[in-house]
Amino acid sequence: MATLARLAQAGYQLAAEPAGASAEAQKAMVASARKVAKIAAEHAAEVDEASRFPHEAFAALKRERLLGIMIPAVHGGEEASLATISEICAVLAQGCASTGMIYAMHQIKASSLVVHCHDDPWHGAFMARIAREQLLLASATTEGGGVGGDLRSSICGIVREGDDFTLDKDGCLISYGAQADAILITSRRTPEAPPSDQVMSVLTKEQYRLERSAAWNTMGMRGTCSDNFTFAGRAPAEQIIPVPFAEIAAQSMLPNAHLLWASVWYGIAAEAVARAEAFVRSEARKRPGSTPPGALRLAELLARLQQFKALVVAGLDRYERARDDADELSSMGFVVAMNSIKVVASQSVGDIVMQAFPICGIQGYRNDSPASLARLMRDALSAPIMINNDRILGNTANLLAVYKHDSSLSR
Amino acid sequence: MKTQIREILRTAGKLPVDVTTLGDDADLYNAGLTSFGTVELMMALEEAFEVEFPDTMMNRRNFATIAAIEGAIRTIQSEHV
Repeated sequence: MATLARLAQAGYQLAAEPAGASAEAQKAMVASARKVAKIAAEHAAEVDEASRFPHEAFAALKRERLLGIMIPAVHGGEEASLATISEICAVLAQGCASTGMIYAMHQIKASSLVVHCHDDPWHGAFMARIAREQLLLASATTEGGGVGGDLRSSICGIVREGDDFTLDKDGCLISYGAQADAILITSRRTPEAPPSDQVMSVLTKEQYRLERSAAWNTMGMRGTCSDNFTFAGRAPAEQIIPVPFAEIAAQSMLPNAHLLWASVWYGIAAEAVARAEAFVRSEARKRPGSTPPGALRLAELLARLQQFKALVVAGLDRYERARDDADELSSMGFVVAMNSIKVVASQSVGDIVMQAFPICGIQGYRNDSPASLARLMRDALSAPIMINNDRILGNTANLLAVYKHDSSLSR
Repeated sequence: MKTQIREILRTAGKLPVDVTTLGDDADLYNAGLTSFGTVELMMALEEAFEVEFPDTMMNRRNFATIAAIEGAIRTIQSEHV
């Protein structure tokens, strides 16, 4: 091993060495995320109360250099695995669900650049900027005041003006739009193109103006600041991603979004279980010699959490095996699997937090106790409607006239 | 077989273009084949050629061109002789 390390230091590329960051480096990233999660947790109540951006956590994420870790090494990033990024999403969400979700949304945008733009000069250089300057990426895919609308359909179109283009988009919901350093925005290829003939463009914050048309005032996930904006931008045409948005949506957004959202929701569920555990432990200490009544329900809850964890881990594993295989990535089976992960994970988080209530009792119901489940419950309820589960099940339903599932346990 | 596939594509594929203008290797997705159209197409092909596409063959590449569809059907037919 020492010899291998010396060879590696000397710059030898070992054929067996997997690409990307080393296992030690990725462990260190997760350790850094735990430090950030502590900061996020300290401010979580205030972020929720004021419905404001978790800027302390994001200053810490930039300081710990965790925003560029998906970027390939050739573009100056750390090239962390999706499993590591998933773990970081879960860790952050345990401290503050809004922080975890913003981090997940940022990485989902990064994945579109990483997967589809590695050979493109402008976007390659932009990835290097993300890594170097720790830029925060946001997404503008909905339009006309919609929330969780149909991202595969646009009203606005790219207008070419010489080497530049302009783009005006009304009523788009942009999570942390006001805080982002760049926005990845969808539109029709031209104003005359059909609504589904879309492209995605990258505009940096000095290239657009945002006018807020509605503020984000919701039950939970209040820190994501998903305000509605009117977007007006102008940029050089080379900033339009060359591949059609249809490919981006199917190949990078679908798996990355569903797996990273599921990771955030797992983090919320894990935090609810941790609070129930702490409550049961303190009850056990009050009455030594007898098992607290909530312990049985907690045992049941641990089994449920394990099932949730297995869902996410198996999904990550499937994606890692499929990511270099275009046939598998574009297969119906893969689409059905990713859709199913979103639906089940989003239901699981609500169920698990709900099941923690009878364990924690009034202490869980209170807003001011260490066992409080109130914010977790409100945050969890966003999951089934963040791209509505009925829409996702409807997409799967459309395939069932021909689809047959694979009953193997090993694929 | 390609003539029959082209005819099925015309009725089931719901393409916005005239199928007779498409070559055997023309990309059907670029020609406007949607995921819903793909399902309708698969269903019609299964019925016409009395085959069932297995899970492993239901990917974009196997339905991307008329030639690819023919190849996929021949593969299934040869496996079931």
